[in-house]
Formats: sequence, C-alpha cells, structure tokens
Amino acid sequence: MTTGLRYVYAVCRPFGTPLQAQLRGVGGAPPALLHHHGLVAVVSTVPEADFCESALKAHLEDLDWLATTARAHQGVVDALTTVTTPLPLRLATVFRDDSAVRMMIEAREEDFRGLLDRLHGRVEWGVKVYLEPEPAEPEPAEAARPASGRDYLRRRRLQSHAQEEKWQRAERFAHSLHERLAERAEDVRMHPPQNSALSGTPGQNVLNAAYLVSRAHSEEFVELVDRTKDEAPGIRVELTGPWAAYSFSGEASGAEPAVGSGEGR
Amino acid sequence: MTTPSRFPEPYGQGSGANLADILERVLDKGVVIAGDIRINLLDIELLTVKLRLIVASVDKAKEMGIDWWESDPALSSRARRDELTRENAELRERLARLEELEPGRAPKEAP
Repeated sequence: MTTGLRYVYAVCRPFGTPLQAQLRGVGGAPPALLHHHGLVAVVSTVPEADFCESALKAHLEDLDWLATTARAHQGVVDALTTVTTPLPLRLATVFRDDSAVRMMIEAREEDFRGLLDRLHGRVEWGVKVYLEPEPAEPEPAEAARPASGRDYLRRRRLQSHAQEEKWQRAERFAHSLHERLAERAEDVRMHPPQNSALSGTPGQNVLNAAYLVSRAHSEEFVELVDRTKDEAPGIRVELTGPWAAYSFSGEASGAEPAVGSGEGR
Repeated sequence: MTTPSRFPEPYGQGSGANLADILERVLDKGVVIAGDIRINLLDIELLTVKLRLIVASVDKAKEMGIDWWESDPALSSRARRDELTRENAELRERLARLEELEPGRAPKEAP
C-alpha cells in the first residue's frame, strides 16, 4: 500500500469505554481516536489509491463498493452509538493527514459542541409504514367471466376503487401513527418514501420517518411501535434502530440541500 | 420482529435495515464537512441510488412503469441522440424556410 489518507466517521466527546478490538472500518482498517480540543474524531487510514478524487468518484458509481463502504461506515458509527453519542459525518469525508483533521475540528468546534449538546443521550429510530402488496388475484372462474365489455369495465372500476380505498386507509393510519410517535419524540424528520425496487422491500412505502428519542424513553417508544403492528390489516409497520442521530445532524452546515427530485424531473 | 428488549439491543439494524435505510442516512444525512477530497455526493446519489439500483433490473422497472430515464436527455444516450436528431431536423427546416424567403441570397453552391 502506498500512502494513506484519513477517513473520518464521526466526532464525539471523549468517552471511557474502549472500542471493541475486532472493530474494522472502511477497507478493513481498525478505527482510531484522534483527540483534539476536548473533542474526538474517529478516524481510520484508507489507501490513497482508492480514495483520491478520481478513484473515489469511480468507486461510488460501483454499487457493490458503495454498499460495502456504507455498511463499514455505519458499522463504526453503530459501535460508537453503544458507548457514546456520536455525530456521524457523511460518507467519504476524507483528509490528507491527522493535522488536516485537527484543523477541521478547530474550524467547526462550535458547531460540533452545539450539536453534541443537543443530541446528547439521544438516538434515532426509523419507522416505515407499508401498504402490503395485493395477494395474487384469484383467477376468476369460468362462470364469473365478464359477460360483456360493460361488465368488464364495471369490474375494473370496482377494483381500482378498492385500491384507492386501501391507499387512503394506509395514509390515515400512517398519519395517526406518526402523530402518536411524534408526541413521544423530541424531534422528527420525514424522509421520502422508499422505492420498493430500490429497497428490495415488498409493499408500497407510505411513511418513512425518523424520530429523535432519548435513551431513557426508547424502550417505551419501541413498545408503542410494537403495539401498533397488529392494529391495521394489510398494513405493515417496520422499526429500525437505534441509529446514531444521522437525520438530526445535518443542520449545522446551513441550508439543507434541495431534495425531492425523486420524480427525475 | 422480536419482543421489546432492553436498550441498546439493535432493532433490525445490520440485518433488518435494508441497504436503502443505510444509504439514505450515510449519503444524505449526517454532518457535511468539506474534506480534502471533494466529492459531490448529490451527483452520486442521483446516479447510483436513484438510477443504477433501479436500472440494475431494467425489465422489472419497466414492468412497474418506471422508465423516465429513457426520455430524460441527461440520463439516456438514446434520448440524447433522439434529441439531437430532432433538433437537427428542426434547424434544417428553419434554414430551408429562411432560404425560401430570400431567394436572391441563397445561391445554390452545394457541391
């Protein structure tokens, strides 16, 4: 391996518990703690050959590489979440060397302290609501075949009406669930619904939200979500977490980048 | 999912959290810091997450009626080619009309 660059996963306050010895970061290197100005940057060395601008750009277009790197990044942040409250940085935040990381800490010190204070002792829970996919339409019996074009059209109209009804019911359910969860959360972020082709998850995603909840109230929050799971037939509720507060860490940098171009236009 | 257990037992993370859950957080959320290596993740997100994952199974996507990339000139080389052809034809036509308007100034010099 030639020269190495510094990959930064997160910034936190100093913490007592050591990281698990077997923890590995991006590219398989063990993460290390870089203390500076009363803050800690969690870093690891990555090969310059993979993380210089041109290589990185090409790699990020490679879905397998992206998935592996994203999981490694998340793995380190996740390990930190069990021992402290980390501020997760966005994927592929890379510096030349330790002194560049220290300069970055000095430049952003106030932001970091403000965010760390706000997020201290809190985690993020992800809740998604899906409208379950239709069970395969039973083939209508020979006798039930539409007798005429008009019958056919009427049947089609009934079917699409039923679908619309289900969709509205799922939206009402998602709305009421969200209100109940938001009451118990300190902050809320709505993410765009996931495309099921993209997530590999069956069903139509009608709610994709992140809730900032203190550790002390997390158990209660999880139980509340669990209780709703059997409330509505044909609707599935999914819980993920506890995540580091990813969805609540982005504001310090100023305006959120415009999102929502999901329609491709 | 399992019964509620003592925190911080992870809930579906790792195994249960799908790749989209992870990507939407590590690519789109978290603290943004301009490192020494500059990469525009917004480009990557558009290309990789929104397009490549879907296009990975083009037939499936088409079945679902997702085919917007085919007609978006920024995303499809075929669409771009069609766009150029169309623009070319339009320009030729306009040129021809202009030449008709000024017959005196359009001597036939074509080889």
